[in-house]
Amino acid sequence: MRRLTRDRILSIALITPSAVAILVFVYGFIGFTGFASLTHWDTLFPDYTFVGLRNYAKLFTIERFQLDLRNTVTFTVFFLLACLSVGFGLAVLIDQRIKGEGLFRSIFLFPMAISFVVTGVVWRWLLAPGTEQTGSYGVNLLFEQAGLGFLRNGWYTAPIIWHISSESTLGILLQSIGLGFLASPKFGISWPMVSVVIAATWQMSGYTMAMYLAGLRGIPDELREAARVDGATEFQIYRYIIVPLLTPITLSAVIILGHISLKIFDLVVAMTGSGPGFSTDVPAFYMFDTTFRGNHFAEGAGIAIIILLVVAVLIIPYLIYSARTEVQQ
Amino acid sequence: MSHSKRLLFLLFSVFTIGAIVLTACGGAATTAAPAATQAPAATQAPAAAKKLEIFSWWTAGGEADGLNAMFDIYKAANPGVEIINATVAGGAGTNAKAVLATRLTGGDPPDSFQLHAGLEVEKYSPDQYLQPLDDLYASEGLEKVFPKDLLSLLKYQGHYWGVPVNIHRANVLWYNKQIFADNNLKPPTTFDEFFTVAEALKAKGIVPLVLGTKEGWESGHTFETILIGTLGAEAYKGLWTGKTQWTDPGVTQALETYKKMLTYANTDHSALTWSEGAQYLVDGKGAMHIMGDWTDGWFTSKSYKGYGWAPVPGNAGIFDALSDSFALAKNPPHADEATAWLKVAGSKAGQEAFNPKKGSICARTDCDLSLFNDYLKSAAGDWQKDAIVPSVTHGAAAIESWATAYKDAMALFATSGDVAATQAALQQACVDAKTCK
Repeated sequence: MRRLTRDRILSIALITPSAVAILVFVYGFIGFTGFASLTHWDTLFPDYTFVGLRNYAKLFTIERFQLDLRNTVTFTVFFLLACLSVGFGLAVLIDQRIKGEGLFRSIFLFPMAISFVVTGVVWRWLLAPGTEQTGSYGVNLLFEQAGLGFLRNGWYTAPIIWHISSESTLGILLQSIGLGFLASPKFGISWPMVSVVIAATWQMSGYTMAMYLAGLRGIPDELREAARVDGATEFQIYRYIIVPLLTPITLSAVIILGHISLKIFDLVVAMTGSGPGFSTDVPAFYMFDTTFRGNHFAEGAGIAIIILLVVAVLIIPYLIYSARTEVQQ
Repeated sequence: MSHSKRLLFLLFSVFTIGAIVLTACGGAATTAAPAATQAPAATQAPAAAKKLEIFSWWTAGGEADGLNAMFDIYKAANPGVEIINATVAGGAGTNAKAVLATRLTGGDPPDSFQLHAGLEVEKYSPDQYLQPLDDLYASEGLEKVFPKDLLSLLKYQGHYWGVPVNIHRANVLWYNKQIFADNNLKPPTTFDEFFTVAEALKAKGIVPLVLGTKEGWESGHTFETILIGTLGAEAYKGLWTGKTQWTDPGVTQALETYKKMLTYANTDHSALTWSEGAQYLVDGKGAMHIMGDWTDGWFTSKSYKGYGWAPVPGNAGIFDALSDSFALAKNPPHADEATAWLKVAGSKAGQEAFNPKKGSICARTDCDLSLFNDYLKSAAGDWQKDAIVPSVTHGAAAIESWATAYKDAMALFATSGDVAATQAALQQACVDAKTCK
């Protein structure tokens, strides 16, 4: 055992307050939420009768919750794809040593400084479709004026769910192999969610750009020049050298954006609410509704735990990966 | 020596910062509601100022004006009391109720808070969090001035838990008089007539039925009036007591009617709140709107006068009622001030100050009708003679968890149009509430 030196006492003393605070206010409350989700707490006044996993079993039978899970998957997939591609594209463009680089960098990064609530309200107005009687608004009006009237659509007000029809060839095929349940709107893509994705991408792609730009600047010019000497085209340089070297950046971006999208609440509430037929409802909003409006505290805690687990599925492999690479270094 | 001094100093600052962080966390948890304080009426108030915190979701327009008028009466009678007006915005109190729930469970109740009269009180576990008001009812003689139907709505587990300040009617069909006159139409009294009228309006390029469903409760609101219009007063009331089954063919028929009605609604309804929907009426682009009579106050605040009103088809002679009341928290921080407030809320002067501005009628039967506008006079007349049924969307008919399940089922129905599944969900909600078997 090492002697307790003054430095050691100091370092322990420095860490203790925040460690205690995190232990209580993060892990303590996670633990309490987990406990609450196993109880029969169904009124404002707590009732800690233990009921096991009954709340979870009930949750998965509720249609609104099933649709929420569908919407979260839709949102996360589209949001990640859009942010990564737009962010990477912007970063590559800015990396071309253009004039006024600092200005463009700031312009693209600024949306991130705005609260999701503001973004939500602004995009709610921009994407408000208007009707035959009122004429088009916002983006629809823009389409109309630009002669692109065929692009007009109901945005987040049109309850369109793209899904495999059970009468289609694919649907019949799925049924024959016992996967017929996939051919239902519950496993579809909700079009109103795409409007939310547009708003979220507008806000977060600048941030992704900043990450990629930092990565691009870290790649030594010698590598590109060596590739050029070897006769590689610009596309090949990106495909075989730049993109693979940026993998750690992409991974960090996926983690950061992924946990935002899985927990998204404020943007959806400000922009669309639950949407037509819960087409933009998300688990976090349902948790709020269930807990504080419906008074089902135990069920609400159950939803919270499910969100936590889903995020953990994304984060934990990353933590393991980064711990390993640290050891290697 | 200097070394250990530095160490001591560091330790001290670490613990100070830690303490600050911890108190900040605790503080954030308890200050849940944004509170807009008002200056006390008496400028020479003593240092130990008396306070009263009133919690409501009346943030804007006539509602806020009405509340302030009641505050003025309170301040005149109780000089030197500082009123903390804790409001949280959101239609039908959807957001406010969430904040209130955390404050009650967190042991930080406002003195008195807004509560829909009726079974909504169940949500607040009255045994634990509320104070019965039976004594106040006796001392103020309130049982004599409120109508019998309202009193039975207010009683829960044998006690009164709130003092009602107003009555709203939920089943009103608002219409643009100009559009109806131009097209030689009369407000429909049956659903068949409704569809004839709607068809005629649609052909003219006017939205027959305007709707705003952004906040999620509006669809349920519209459907409850259709339920009443299809089933009638007694059978509708029976839905909430178990006497009428949700599997009843009447419910199927109501769902079919609603589904058909939605085909005549504005396509962007999910982007709009109810008042943004009502804007169609003001602009002359929409003809009819089913909403409660707070619409009357909203029209007035827009200086719009071209509206007419009628009962929703099939709802003639039935008054779908909701009432805002004020409840008293158990062990309120300022008990005496809170009791004085409830006396103002139940008084004739208080209700006459509040209701003309809020756009509702008095819960008391002895208010001076000359203070009210034409719509409210007609509503007061209907309140006297109509059959009274409780609104579910606005907390009167069912416990909150049931009302929430009902609301969700109807929000889903507005787009799915799946009659069988929705009826099954409504039946299940009744079973979950332990009213149906």
